Amino acid sequence: MALENADIDKIAILARLQVTPSETSDYANSISSILSLIDQMQQVSTEGVEPLSNPHDASQRLRKDEVTCDNQREAFIALAPAAQDGLYLVPKVLD
Amino acid sequence: MSWEIVIGLEIHVQLATQSKLFSGARVGFGAQANTQTTLVDLGMPGALPVFNEAALRMAVAFGTAIDAEVCKHSVFARKNYFYPDSPKGYQTSQMDHPIVGLGHLDIQLEDGTTKRIGVTRAHLEEDAGKSLHEDYDGMTGIDLNRSSTPLLEIVSEPDLRTAKEAVAYMRKMHAIVTTIGISDGNMAEGSMRCDANVSIRQKGQQKLGTRAELKNINSFKFIERAINIEVQRQIDILEDGGLIHQETRLYDADKNETRPMRSKEEANDYRYFPCPDLLPIEIDEAYIDAIRQSLPELPDQRSARFVSQLNLSPYDAGVLSASRGLADYFESVVAVCNDPKLSANWVTGELAKYMNQNNLEIDAIPLSALQLGQLISRIQDDTISGKGAKTVFDELWNNAGEVDAIIDAKGLKQVSDQGAIEALVDDVIAQSSKQVQQYIDAEADKRGKMLGFFMGQVMQASKGSANPGQVNALLKQKLDALC
Repeated sequence: MALENADIDKIAILARLQVTPSETSDYANSISSILSLIDQMQQVSTEGVEPLSNPHDASQRLRKDEVTCDNQREAFIALAPAAQDGLYLVPKVLD
Repeated sequence: MSWEIVIGLEIHVQLATQSKLFSGARVGFGAQANTQTTLVDLGMPGALPVFNEAALRMAVAFGTAIDAEVCKHSVFARKNYFYPDSPKGYQTSQMDHPIVGLGHLDIQLEDGTTKRIGVTRAHLEEDAGKSLHEDYDGMTGIDLNRSSTPLLEIVSEPDLRTAKEAVAYMRKMHAIVTTIGISDGNMAEGSMRCDANVSIRQKGQQKLGTRAELKNINSFKFIERAINIEVQRQIDILEDGGLIHQETRLYDADKNETRPMRSKEEANDYRYFPCPDLLPIEIDEAYIDAIRQSLPELPDQRSARFVSQLNLSPYDAGVLSASRGLADYFESVVAVCNDPKLSANWVTGELAKYMNQNNLEIDAIPLSALQLGQLISRIQDDTISGKGAKTVFDELWNNAGEVDAIIDAKGLKQVSDQGAIEALVDDVIAQSSKQVQQYIDAEADKRGKMLGFFMGQVMQASKGSANPGQVNALLKQKLDALC
């Protein structure tokens, strides 16, 4: 399966990545080659093989329902590029 | 043209945990912005989620309560989308392997019949934060307190056929989740909200019509209105020869209209994949059974008990068991006055009326079950009449106070003293010779009706305080003696 430049543009938009036109073809080529590797892998017969969600032979550890963290707003907000009234500020998201 | 409405609901229930789905941050409504987050909720690189066992237990409890398949193996998946109130860039949810599979729930229709509604699945997922679009120097403010709050998304089959059925389904769901204690069910605070998938098709047609998804409806009243207004919109379009577009629409309660959502979402390309940060959840039959055994009495069971034990009508029993709060309140009233029928009448009558008028749910009413129970006891022991009780009820609702004190202060005590009532009755008969003659002249079967006049006179003379039952009996006895 080969990707077109348009596919790369769409993926970039979904992932909010800025890709320049000159990079687009490069990405299309390299991702296509990954996909062709996957195509190759898909030829392997997997009949009788259980689908795998996770390679570890383990199940999810559970946490007790307890509040273990206090308010750390000041420390976290100090990391943010912009904040006001205890809110993180981001570029306007409504049109 | 005759149209059939097809509705499926997706209900989001906020689980009543202390801490978040994947972190030890506090869950709570109304806290100061961003004071309830950890590095996990902020989506910081390297911060890893650890799954909350209470959320698992609650999801399993829900599955057993609706007789659903509870899946021993379930998997968290990432639902990828970009929005600033979801800093990870994805929502941790479940896709191919939800915790709860096929189940069902019975709703009571208005004609008294029961309809079974299929529940396709229920899965665990985390809530997002909140965007505040007020102007912060041209930017948007983000509050991540709600981020990673545990939700159970319950998806119904498209089995609902009217807006009223959708409301009945939502109410039943509300009753179940509050009864088993997995959510506070507070719709005003967003603890329970629903999306409605609505489409119409010509009666008899098999194929489903194109649907619109109505987002984020957060009250029972709005579900009904939103669906009805959307159905009308679709009928208008189709009858004008137009086509319905599959889209997400918002219900605007102020304008009572639905409209397309503004955001130009890149058509739902969520690119789900199993979350590599979380291992599959494995539970066994013993775990599920233990939870099933510990379920409290469910709404349907409670309703059946109200009928069999308290002799209520199936209708009253259904109304009273529709919410855990209401059912608890009703049983507390009965515990005080020991009269289920009269308690049912007052809770579904006067109390329900005041709750509707004031738009209050049972947990917010100003009148305790003890007070209502005492009030009903005073009707039973003939201290006050039913009419007097309504006056006391109004006073309790509006100004609080103590039942007996209000009865005294308002002079509502019924006169049940036989001698006093007899004197009033004799006076009225003596002063109404014309009506008495008419009574005597009337045929026997017409006389009952004519008692009304004398009743009115006596009640007026007693300023409404005479025991109406006694007055009636005495009047009849004395007048008939004259015939």
